[in-house]
Formats: sequence, C-alpha cells, structure tokens
Amino acid sequence: MFTNRLPIAKMAGAVVALAAIIAAVMLSINWNGAEDSTAAPKIDNLMNIMIVLSSIVFAIVVVALAYALIAFRAKPGDESDGEPIHGNTRLEIAWTVIPTIIVLFAGGWSWKVLDEIEEQNPKHLTVDVFSQQYAWSFGYPGKGYAWSQGVLHVPVNRQIVFKMHSQDVIHSFWVPQWRIKKDNVPGITTTAIVTPTKTGTFQLICTELCGFGHASMRAKVIVQSQSAFDKWVEGLKEKVPTDMMVSVKEDTETNPEPLERVEAE
Amino acid sequence: MVATFTRPGWYRAALCTVLAAAFGVGIVVVLRAISGLPAFQSEQTGYPQVVVPLITAPLGFLLGIGCFDYWLRWGFGLPTIPDDHSSHGAYSWKDYFKVNTDHKVIGVQYVVTSFIFFLIGGLMAMLIRAELAQPGTQIVGAATFNSLFSTHAVLMIFVFIIPMFAGMANYVLPLMIGAPDMAFPRLNALSYWMLPLAGILFLASFLAPGGAFDAGWTGYAPLSTGAPLGQSFFNIGVQFAGFSSIFTALNFLVTIITMRAPGMTFWRMPLLVWANLSTSLLVVAATPFISGAQFMVLLDRVLHTNFFQFGAGGDVISYQHIFWFYSHPAVYIMILPGFGIISEVISVHSRKPIFGYRLMALALIGIVVLSYSVWAHHMFVAGMFSWLRVPMMLTTLLIAVPTGIKIFSWLGTLYFGKIHTKSTAMLFALAMIVTFTVGGISGVMLGMVPFDIHVSDTYFIVAHIHFVLFGGSVFTIFAGLYHWFPKMTGRMYDEKLGRVHFWGTLIGTWGTFIPMHWVGMDGMPRRVADYASQFGNWNLLISCFAFMLGAVQLIFVYNMIMSWRFGPKAPANPWGGKSIEWLVSSPPPVFNFDEIPRVVGGPYEYGIPGARHAIMPGEGAEVPATRQTMVGS
Ligand code: HEM
Ligand SMILES: [Cu+2]
Ligand SMILES: [Cu+2]
Repeated sequence: MFTNRLPIAKMAGAVVALAAIIAAVMLSINWNGAEDSTAAPKIDNLMNIMIVLSSIVFAIVVVALAYALIAFRAKPGDESDGEPIHGNTRLEIAWTVIPTIIVLFAGGWSWKVLDEIEEQNPKHLTVDVFSQQYAWSFGYPGKGYAWSQGVLHVPVNRQIVFKMHSQDVIHSFWVPQWRIKKDNVPGITTTAIVTPTKTGTFQLICTELCGFGHASMRAKVIVQSQSAFDKWVEGLKEKVPTDMMVSVKEDTETNPEPLERVEAE
Repeated sequence: MVATFTRPGWYRAALCTVLAAAFGVGIVVVLRAISGLPAFQSEQTGYPQVVVPLITAPLGFLLGIGCFDYWLRWGFGLPTIPDDHSSHGAYSWKDYFKVNTDHKVIGVQYVVTSFIFFLIGGLMAMLIRAELAQPGTQIVGAATFNSLFSTHAVLMIFVFIIPMFAGMANYVLPLMIGAPDMAFPRLNALSYWMLPLAGILFLASFLAPGGAFDAGWTGYAPLSTGAPLGQSFFNIGVQFAGFSSIFTALNFLVTIITMRAPGMTFWRMPLLVWANLSTSLLVVAATPFISGAQFMVLLDRVLHTNFFQFGAGGDVISYQHIFWFYSHPAVYIMILPGFGIISEVISVHSRKPIFGYRLMALALIGIVVLSYSVWAHHMFVAGMFSWLRVPMMLTTLLIAVPTGIKIFSWLGTLYFGKIHTKSTAMLFALAMIVTFTVGGISGVMLGMVPFDIHVSDTYFIVAHIHFVLFGGSVFTIFAGLYHWFPKMTGRMYDEKLGRVHFWGTLIGTWGTFIPMHWVGMDGMPRRVADYASQFGNWNLLISCFAFMLGAVQLIFVYNMIMSWRFGPKAPANPWGGKSIEWLVSSPPPVFNFDEIPRVVGGPYEYGIPGARHAIMPGEGAEVPATRQTMVGS
C-alpha cells in the first residue's frame, strides 16, 4: 500500500489541529444574530453541527493539498514523470461511502429540525400577512378582522401561524432573528409558523425581488405580552379591506384554510 | 456592387437584418390590421412591433452572414457550392469575422466573444459594487440597479461561462479524440453566430423604454410578465443562447460518440471529453425547459395568455418549477466542463495519471443523473407543496458525494507525482480545488432545509454562487486558457504576469465573497440597492476587494493580447502532455491530422516507460499495441 509511505499520523494530527482551530473560531462567532424564536436555536445548532463537519472536510482538503505541494514538488530541471499510480480501490470506496454517511446524517438531522419547527400547536394564533409593492399590512382574527399597515404586532411565547397573501408579485417575509422566511405568492396562500420568544422591536424584510422599491420594503414587528397585544388589537380602527380578501382565489395544499374561514374566526 | 450584397458577409448581413426587421414590423401591422387593431401598441408589456422584429432581425442576420447558404441551396435543389474547405483555417484576422466551419477558428471566435461579454459583465459588477460601497443611493437609482445586476448575471451565465466552455471544448475536444473536425461543422458555425446575437439582445435592452430587464436572471413571474419592454429582450435573447447551446451539445454528442480515433474506447477518453459528454447530456435535455419558460413569459406579455398570471387561472409557482428544471442542471453545465479542464491540467502538471479515472468518469455521470432530481432546492421557501422539500433535500445532499469524489481524486492525483507550478494554469487549478470546496460546503448547508429557510435570498446565496461560479468555473476557465493558450495561438504567454493575475484573482475572490456569507446570515437580503447601515463597513471592504479583482483582470487581457502578438513561439508540447492535442503542432495544422492517429492506451500514462496514449501517423509500430490500465498499486 503506497499509503504506508505517507506520514499518515502527522497528517491526521495536522487535520485535527486545523479543523479544531477553524471550528473553534467559527463557532465563537455569532453568525446569525439574536435567537428570538423557538426555531432559531434549533437552526443555529444545525448550523453549528455543519460548521464542525465542514471544518473537518475543509481541513482534510487543505492539509492534503499542502502536504502534496511540500512533498511532491518537482525539483528544478526534473522532467521525469511521477509514479504510475492509477488509483486505490479502498481509498475510492472510502471517499464515496464516508461522505454519503455524513450528508445523510446531516439530512436526517435537518429533517428532524424541520418537523419540529413546523409542528402546529392547537393553541396557535392565526395572523394574515398581505404584501404588495412595496408595503406590508396585517389582518388579525377576531370578529372585527382588524387591519394594521406597516407594523405587525404579535404576542410573545405563543405560536403564530402566518397566512400569507400577495396582491401583485412575489414578496418574501423574513425576520432574521426568527430565522423564518416564506414567499408571499399571488394567487395562493402560503404559511409560516413562528413562536417568538423575546419581546421587542424587529424588522420584517422583503427578500424576494419585487421591483424598484424592493430594498426598502420593510415593516416593523413588535413582539409584546399577550395582554398588551390584545389591547393593541382592540384599539385598531380599520378592517381588512375586502379587495384584499377576494384577491385570494385559490386554495392549495399549502393553504388548508381559505381566507374566508380566517375571517369567520 | 450587386455582388457585394449577394455574397455572404457583413454587407449582406446588414441588408438582411434590415429587411428581416422590416418584415417583422410588417407582419405585426398586417395581422393587427386584419384583426381590426391599431397598427402599433405600446403598453408596457406589449410592443409587438418591437418584439417580432427582435426575433426576425437576428434570423435575417444569420441568413445574411451566410449561416444557412449551404442548407438552403441544398434544400431548394440549387447546385451547392462544392465543399472545398475553403472556409477552413484562418489566414488573417479578418477570417475570424466570417462564417467559418473550422472547429479551431470557431473555438477562438467563441472564446474571444465570450471573454468580451465577461469584460462587459464585469464592468457592470464594478458599478454594482460602487453603488453598494456605502448605504444609501449614490451612483445609480434603484431601478437601474435592478437592471444592472440582472444583465450582469445574464451576461455572465448565458454568454460568458456556458459558451466559453463550449468554445474551449470546440477547440480542444476534436483534437483530443483524434477527429478532423466536429461532426457538423456548419451547425457549429451557426451555434457560434447565435452567441453574439444573444449578447447584443441582452445589452440592447438598455435602449428599451423602461430600461433593461430587471427581474433578475431568474425572471420570476409575475414580476417578469408585468415588466417593461426590456424583459422581452431577455426572453428572446435566451432563445438564441439556448439554441446555440443545444446545437453545440448535439454536435459534441455526435462527435464524441462517432468520431473517436480508432482505438479510443470510452475508457480511453481524456476526462475533458467525459466532462463534455456529460455536460452535453445535460444541455440537450434541460435547455428546452428554459426556452419554454421564457416563451411562455413572452406569450403572457405580448399575447396576454395566462400561463403565469394569477388573476386568470395561471400558476405563479409553475414558472419556478420549469425554470429550475433547467437552471439547476445549468449550474452543472457551468462546472462540469471545468471539472474536465482541472483533471487535464492537474494530471499534466503533476505528471501523474488521474487517480481513480473510472470513478471520476462515473462521478460525472452520477452528477448528470442526480442533477435532474434536485431543482426544487431553489424553492424551499417558495410556497410549493411542502412534501417535496425533504426528498429534494436528500438528493441535493447526495449530489455532494460525486462532487467530493472529484475533489479527493484530484488531490490523490498529486500524490507521488512531480508537481510543476511554473505554469499559471496549474496555480489556478490548485486554487480551484480549495475555493470550490468552500462553495461546495456552503451548497451542502443550503441543501439543509431549515438552514436554507434562514439564508435563502440573502447575501449568503450571493456568496455561494460566486464561490462556485467565480472560484469554480472562472478559475477553471483561466486554468484552461493558460493551459491551451500555446496550443491555440502558437505562442507562450508571460508567466510573471500570469502569476500576478493569479494571486490578485485569488485574493480578490476570497476577499470579495467570503464576507458576503456573513452579511447574508446577519440579515442582508440579496438584490438590494440599499441596505441597513450596520452592514456599511463590510460592504465597503467587499467593494474594495471587488475593484481589485476587477483591476487584475486587465493584466490578463494585456498578457493575452501581447503574448498572442509578440510572445515567444510555443513548442508543440510545452507541458509534456500525453493526450493527442499535444502531439500536433502549435497551432495545429488546418485539418488537424494528415492521417487519423491510432489510440493505443489510456490518456494519462505517466511514469510507465514506453507507454503511449496515441501513435501519430508516420510513427513506427514499435510501441505496444494495447496496455491494460493499472488499478491499485
Ligand atoms: C455541492 C454541490 C452544491 C450544492 C449542494 C448546492 C446547493 C444549492 C442550493 C440548495 C441552492 C439554493 C439556495 C437558495 O436559493 O435558497 C443553490 C443556489 C445556487 N447554486 Fe448551488 N449547490 C452546489 C453547487 C453549485 C455549483 C457547482 C454551482 C455552479 C457552478 C452552483 C450555482 C448556484 C447558483 C447560481 C445558485 C443561485 C441561484 C439563484 O437563486 O440565483 N451551485 N445551490
Ligand atoms: Cu421585495
Ligand atoms: Cu441548484
């Protein structure tokens, strides 16, 4: 085996050291910002697992390349060929099977996280999101079907199911601190599920190109206690305009509840 | 005088373009008159009097320049001009501006044309980064900004990376397999001439009322179906670029399958040939989908059909399914030929056989198959039926496995070799391994649905695509251009300038695109002209690196032009390669080979005394006729 001719132990040591350093640095950085929903820590954990696995893969590639460049550089004037090694079946199987296991593990974990963050709680609150070029507005359940423009209020520590509708082109609903994003698609209703865990003011950002006003299509998000929220909704004067309601023509699998039913809540 | 306009060439092309445009306008006016409509219509999405000529005028150009002469004469039973190969070879620079059926001339035409589009697209990138250097609006308004990044991406994808690879393979591949030319030389010429037309259509959209198309390279409906006239330029330009790709891919497929030199079995093909075989399989089956999607958008816009208009029963999300059914395979169309280049460069410059040659070829085929089953990973947050996400996540993650095989096998190839880094080609190849790994890693992370939900449509995506497309595809293009420059031009380039270009590009790429990961995760969406001031410093840094990255490309241009004209004469085989293109002179003879070479062994027989890949005509038969490829050691 030609691998006997390589300082495998030293190379492995270098990989471990390099991977440890990269992973330590990367894990110490707060990449995604504050974690203000139940989904956020789960997604960040998933990312951290990937950071560790990726650091190892990256370290393997870098160490392997660096060692090759140190040990196998041609001396000046050496025009001879390298050794006629055409492959190594065991090694090839290894670098097919091991990555397969790694990515399937990552896939399994992702699947689990996905199921967890999308599990509906029977006590959830449904809020409608209406988007149009270049503004957001929101409809709250209750007999009045109250409407707020440019500012979204939600109660803390309660699951919110957002039902999203667009009046014109595709927009996308993103609150980075919640780690949740979903497109608002004209013609259908899409759903996003969030349980905010911190009170405060956040920004809702449109992330789907929607025209020249895309960059400034923002709304304010206020997460507050249930009682403050109830009081705020109570004080809303306007109702969701009917033309917004009728714009939702179709019911799809992503939209088990058509808008009309929301209205009746 | 009359002869000037009847002979194929630029005069006839100009005339035919004008006539065809007039014909297009005429058809619209007549059909509208018959339907009782006013002659002209200028609603923002309409303008049939512009849209139809946009289709007919380029066809008129192709007719005039002479792409169809032979076929038309044949089709109408006229005496065809005997195929004396007078349109082979280029004897002066003017020959590059004519319809030429020589694959080497077409290769150079492709490479130079697409490189010009790279420079134009790059200039747009500089403008984009200038605008983004600081928060707020300084240089261009939001609408122009949208046009800029849309045309930037479209130029880079459709008229730079894809045709650049087609051009390089056009030049090298027939030589590599010992063929005198491509299987269909006239189709090859037609494919080339559609390329500048596509690019010009994209650029001409800046002249349209309402500005250039601005719905991104993805052109999602209904933003695109309601956009101003410029969008139609995109819809039509893509048709020309798409047909060009499809014809070339068909040509490659037939050439590779039927025109290999005697003795060149599939398992003796260089990996560049395997890579182009795989790419062509992707192109022929996937590209019709983007043609279809753009046609449907065009019909929605001009004829008021309702494929994607939600108000009248159209389905918005189906656009994305059709689009990505092409455009995910397209990302592999943009990297597989590069994989082939890297395999050649690494093997030649480390004087070692490719490690695990068969697995490398099988990995390419694996990528082709998997490519068709992952498209919806671009739609995890699009609101499509939710059950599709997990299966698409698993296939997406699995596609990293054959990609990983490529990386590890390149590294394996270096071991126990004699690595020469004197060539800039090898520097780019080695750097690509590391840089592309980063892009692959971010790709795997994006494949994981919960993480993608957070970073989809943010700068993290911009970082990913540039690591794979700049750090991947463009690095492979540079590696290939440096590697085959002596073969194509017969001259050597300046290695010192090459090194400056390499280091500048490497540092520029990492400096520009690494910080983008972070700003994206931290909350900066993509495709925005303005952003929250908290990202100001990072964006300034990114822009500075981007300007440097742009500037060092000028060194490359200088090096190529000066070396092409004044560089020292190149030997036939400056790097000591084994594959057939190195066994002919630099540049190769007009008809490649006097007699077809005979292939007697694998393409990477380094280190085996007396082993040969091919025997050129006239050489003795003292060489072993066949030899088994060694596996294991
Ligand atoms: C290991 C292999 C790869 C994986 C697993 C992967 C995965 C992904 C995923 C999941 C996305 C969608 C992210 C989103 O929009 O939310 C994406 C976007 C993208 N990828 Fe990759 N990728 C890989 C390699 C490549 C390569 C080789 C290229 C091109 C050379 C490429 C080019 C792109 C482009 C252009 C986009 C963005 C499209 C757009 O929205 O404009 N990727 N990738
Ligand atoms: Cu938007
Ligand atoms: Cu993809």
